[in-house]
Amino acid sequence: MSFESAWIPVGRADDVPLLEGRSVMVGSRRVAIFRMPTGWAAIDHACPHKGGPLADGLVADACVTCPLHGRRFDVFTGRQVGGDDVVATYEVRESGDGTLELLVPADLMVGAEAA
Amino acid sequence: MAALRIITDGGQGPDGGSRPVSGPILVIGGGIAGQAVVEQVRDRDSRVPITFLCGEDRLPYDRVSLSRILAEGEDPAVLQLRPDAWYADRGIDVRLNAWVTAVDPDAGTATLAGGETLPFDRAVLCTGSDAFVPPIPGADAPGVEVFRGPEDCAAIAAAVTAAGARRAVVIGGGLLGLEAAYGIATLGCPVTVVHLMDRLMERQLDTGAAELLAPAIEGLGVDVLLETSTANITAGPDGRANRLAFADGTELETDLVVVAVGIAPQADLARQTGLAVERGIVVDDRLVTSHPRILSVGECAQHRGVCHGIVAPIHEQAAVAADTLTGVADSAYLGSVPSAKLKVMGVALVTAGAAAGEREVVVADSGTYRKLVVDAEDRVIGTVLLGDTRGAELLLDAVKTGLVAADPLQLLAEASQATAAELPDSAQICNCNGICKGDILKAISGGDLGSTQEVVSVTRAGAGCGSCKPLVTELLAHARGGAVEEATYLCPCRKLTREELAGRVRAEGIEAVSELAASCGAGRDCGACKPGLAYLVSEINGNQHREERHARYINDRVHANIQNDGTFSVVPRMRGGVTTPDELRRIADVADKYDIPTVKVTGGQRIDLLGIKKEDLPAVWEELDMPSGHAYAKSVRTVKTCVGTTHCRFGLGDAMRVGIELETAMEGLYTPAKVKAAVTGCPRNCAEAYVKDIGLVAVEGGWEVYVGGAAGASVRKGDLLATLQTSEEAKRIAYVFLQYYREHADYLERTYAYMERVGLEAVQAEVMDPAKQEEYLERYRIAKAAADPDPWRERHAPVHPKQFAELDTEPALLPMMPVGPPAEATR
Ligand code: SRM
Ligand SMILES: Cc1cc2nc3c(=O)[nH]c(=O)nc-3n(C[C@H](O)[C@H](O)[C@H](O)COP(=O)(O)OP(=O)(O)OC[C@H]3O[C@@H](n4cnc5c(N)ncnc54)[C@H](O)[C@@H]3O)c2cc1C
Ligand code: SF4
Ligand code: FES
Repeated sequence: MSFESAWIPVGRADDVPLLEGRSVMVGSRRVAIFRMPTGWAAIDHACPHKGGPLADGLVADACVTCPLHGRRFDVFTGRQVGGDDVVATYEVRESGDGTLELLVPADLMVGAEAA
Repeated sequence: MAALRIITDGGQGPDGGSRPVSGPILVIGGGIAGQAVVEQVRDRDSRVPITFLCGEDRLPYDRVSLSRILAEGEDPAVLQLRPDAWYADRGIDVRLNAWVTAVDPDAGTATLAGGETLPFDRAVLCTGSDAFVPPIPGADAPGVEVFRGPEDCAAIAAAVTAAGARRAVVIGGGLLGLEAAYGIATLGCPVTVVHLMDRLMERQLDTGAAELLAPAIEGLGVDVLLETSTANITAGPDGRANRLAFADGTELETDLVVVAVGIAPQADLARQTGLAVERGIVVDDRLVTSHPRILSVGECAQHRGVCHGIVAPIHEQAAVAADTLTGVADSAYLGSVPSAKLKVMGVALVTAGAAAGEREVVVADSGTYRKLVVDAEDRVIGTVLLGDTRGAELLLDAVKTGLVAADPLQLLAEASQATAAELPDSAQICNCNGICKGDILKAISGGDLGSTQEVVSVTRAGAGCGSCKPLVTELLAHARGGAVEEATYLCPCRKLTREELAGRVRAEGIEAVSELAASCGAGRDCGACKPGLAYLVSEINGNQHREERHARYINDRVHANIQNDGTFSVVPRMRGGVTTPDELRRIADVADKYDIPTVKVTGGQRIDLLGIKKEDLPAVWEELDMPSGHAYAKSVRTVKTCVGTTHCRFGLGDAMRVGIELETAMEGLYTPAKVKAAVTGCPRNCAEAYVKDIGLVAVEGGWEVYVGGAAGASVRKGDLLATLQTSEEAKRIAYVFLQYYREHADYLERTYAYMERVGLEAVQAEVMDPAKQEEYLERYRIAKAAADPDPWRERHAPVHPKQFAELDTEPALLPMMPVGPPAEATR
């Protein structure tokens, strides 16, 4: 059977402080969700360099800095600042009752169901 | 005319201006030019004998930085370009007080004031220039100074700091005059700049820029009188100049007059020698004078009708002169683009090339003025940057290379965005020493340089006026993939220094990083400086600031040190490295219960539990029931001790007790960079106190206090700050020093780097001054009282429900853990 991408709840908006990130497992991946001054952003949690936990990074207006060796990524585009690495980005929104919902791509749905 | 003739003849005189040198080279004049020639020749030829004749009684020094000497009262000795040993090492016969009175080019001899004659195959005249003093009646009276050498700085400083000094007057509103006025104002004396022209710095600035500059200068407490010509200077009863009369009949009382209207090339010797001299000593494109055996470099040389008054051309000339001397073919000096940088704090001004021309574009507002000048062929020929000098290097390079800019506005805009990384390798970073980006990058990778200081000392970029140092740091950071922990700018993105930001925090009563960000943008672009901002805000507010965890590094959000695999390490406080069987049992139990992969005795005399999951931290702390050791923070870390008099047969002091007291008193305080201390019972130094940020050493009859020691990335023995009679006094000095360091060091600047930068004397002047000691201790007590001695107590009152967890995990919950309204999400 095949899966389609869908919005699934991943946590409470209140659980992510302003200008910080928290991660959540979706299917086979850990996704980092950030509360930015301009709204929500979600990217892969694992830094492409050596898997540093990006949700634990220092957050500025539009980017996060990996806590391990300082690679910097734009949380909206997933592009590395001052480098060629890229991390996947995801759509994330806050529903009326304060639930965080992530648009989980089809290829991650299997795990998501399992999870 | 003469100049032209000589250029066309290319210096190929009777025996050929470009014949390689075959005998001794005589470099006459020990200024920046003489030094540059000596260095360039040695780089090309390690053997040719060089005699270096310095007319002054000191080795070549950096005249550019005299402004700093005046403004900051530094010792001129710090300006010496090369250490004494440098000359001997390179087989250079350098002579001080060696004034040359005569040169016989054909015979190849030079005569010194003492009568001694020296033979030469080639001589290079680097006689520089003298301050130009216009023939104003009374200008020769005492109390009238020029601004050219260290003696002048001393005389000026003495006059304006003398008791009862009411006002000083600077004649001349050019670069030099303004720097003199700034220096005097910094020394706290009211000063008036008297300028002949209708605008300041008319040689470099157009009216638009000059109109912005005047108020900025006045903002520094400097009065400016334009279109004012001094008729005469009259002296008071004591014979010292005390009044200026102006052409318009008005007068001005003063205690000091500084004449800074320009320079006069020093060409007397050249004239006597019969060389072609116009304004300066006439040289061709190979820096050869009208006599093929004699070259000239520096302010005294006139090339294609131009005498330069700045350093950058000197280095370009010196390189060509060295080529000429060592017979390097087809090397020619084709002139330099004049550029200027005003070294006046708070007034950013950079100019290069022409201030006006065929087409001009200007971007300006109330406080900034950015102008680009292009010629008929769209080639960039000049720029004026005032207030906002971003991209200066890029634009200077554009002027130097005559870059074609069809859309000058576009170029201006791009320049203001340009980062150090985007500069072309040819871009000159250090104008004082003529060093390009390429040279710096080569040095960094070649020498594996890690700190700005290293890069400065190796490349000499930033060793002049210092205004390019932040850029050097930026290049270093980029070359090192951002791996340099330095803070010339606390916020490099917005180019804000610690001083500027501190001023803002005080002025606006800022209590949180977000307020600072809102006020000036600091921390908003890359966020890397947020921990530094957080420290600054907390320090200035005596730790009564509003804590914002988003500004803290992950270590300081969860009070543990993050590891390569994303787990954390836990180092409980173990004061003085002294523990108890109970503590050891608890540690053992926790290690078992949470199957902690590694338990290690650290280099800091305590125990590290490594590989703990974030979620387990609160429970681990709870069961350890020991306070945080702050091993993860830029804060007071450990105080190592030895057993001292308690057990040791050599013990002179009770190291363990004193160490524990010291640690208890200092723990919990955050610092610019980590602070590690040690207390050792005798000079055998088993606790390594000589190499700690703060080290107490018990000696016969007292205690020594060492500061700025290090045995990490760099190794340095601490400086002996003081020797006290009792451990109480020794600890007291330690607290004073700690507070002094907390207030003065740059973020991430360890005490060893700070002591290197500032010097022991300066530190002692503050820390050993009884009056100041009380003030430091007062602020120290306030900060300590408001500091959290044990952040691990947040296990009971987390700042946020998910402080120690992810969205889909829960912290190993403790019964008393409240589930209240999130403290931070609401912000
Ligand atoms: C655990 C320990 C090694 C050990 O097993 O002994 C250690 C571990 C680390 N040291 Fe250290 N240092 C440890 C004692 C030292 C010592 C010896 C001492 O403290 O007497 C030094 C030399 C003294 C000094 O501080 O200069 C030392 C000089 C450094 C340096 C170089 C600092 C410098 O400017 O020279 C760094 C890098 C830095 O701080 O930028 C560093 C950085 C680190 C970090 C924090 C690297 C990092 O940022 O993750 C390491 C954390 C490992 C981890 O995953 O937990 N560690 N480190 C020691 C903990 C001491 C403690 O109880 O708190
Ligand atoms: C306060 C101040 C600030 C400045 N700021 C800047 C700046 O920001 N940027 C910039 O680019 N430039 C600046 N300058 C200009 C810069 O310092 C000079 O261009 C440079 O120092 C000139 O070096 P020089 O070796 O050609 O001449 P000098 O420094 O004058 O050296 C000439 C030396 O030769 C000696 N001498 C002369 N005749 C004889 C003789 N017959 N026998 C033996 N010795 C002799 C003199 O005693 C002197 O020591 C500044 C200058 C001053 C005074
Ligand atoms: S020496 Fe290096 S590797 Fe070892 S703990 Fe210290 S920082 Fe880590
Ligand atoms: S793991 Fe992210 S920078 Fe190294």
